[in-house]
Amino acid sequence: MSTIEISCVEVWREISNYLDGEISVELRDRMRTHFEVCEHCTAVLDGTRNVVQLVGDGRIFRTPDGFSERLYKKIRERLSP
Amino acid sequence: MAQPQLESTEAELIRRVCGGEPQAFEELLRPYERLVYATAISILRNPADAEEVAQEAVLKAFSKLSSFRGESRFSTWLVQITYNEAKMKLRKERQHLYESIDRAQQDQEGEYWPRDFADWRPIPSELLETEELREALQNGINSLSPMYREIVILRDVQSLSLKDTAAVLGIPEGSVKTRLHRARLQLRDFLAPGVDGSWSSGQNYRKVRAW
Repeated sequence: MSTIEISCVEVWREISNYLDGEISVELRDRMRTHFEVCEHCTAVLDGTRNVVQLVGDGRIFRTPDGFSERLYKKIRERLSP
Repeated sequence: MAQPQLESTEAELIRRVCGGEPQAFEELLRPYERLVYATAISILRNPADAEEVAQEAVLKAFSKLSSFRGESRFSTWLVQITYNEAKMKLRKERQHLYESIDRAQQDQEGEYWPRDFADWRPIPSELLETEELREALQNGINSLSPMYREIVILRDVQSLSLKDTAAVLGIPEGSVKTRLHRARLQLRDFLAPGVDGSWSSGQNYRKVRAW
């Protein structure tokens, strides 16, 4: 099977959409073929994927100590005028 | 206090609150505390302001709950309220500054090319327990301009769908994609220098987001 080549610039433009699966199957296949041979683009892909996974982990935005207690205290105050 | 039903669905909880059982609101809200706080702090960047806005947003959600029609998920609706409250606070406090920044950013949606090609191996998950990496990530997100920070928080931190993110921000889905792309590449460039040797050793980062 032959795939039409794609330039690094075109690959960078679509890296985020590639990670989200927001591209056509045809473009995805072309990008995959490109990643197999291009170290630079693979580095950008890995780094970007890493960022997305780290940011989405949930541990970076911890609520401050006592946040929940203060929040529910406010709600209870509202509930019992 | 009412004994919470383990299998309560959100829709049931909402019906209970609206039907005169306001205590159920706590159970409804509990899974989303962090979501509300993270949304507020992504816009305000100050923990005290974020907490104040989170409280205001939650109280507003409580008083408006009967108007929730279930057209979006409850979490999206809650984020929308928090987002609006945070924006309002920001505008009140820093009106001139913020508006000029907003305008200046409108032409920044063009191309963004990666600045370096360092081979960045996956960061091991346990490093997220270290203050250093958490701070680096927070600083990275804070270094983004507001329009990119919002996108990262909604899409990648909160895992909102493309459609829901577009709805919360009131922009087309295509703009969400473009901004998200730029934000992610900027974050990568921001974090990459610290990656060289300092936190890249170890096994693969395992947690994979369910797309």
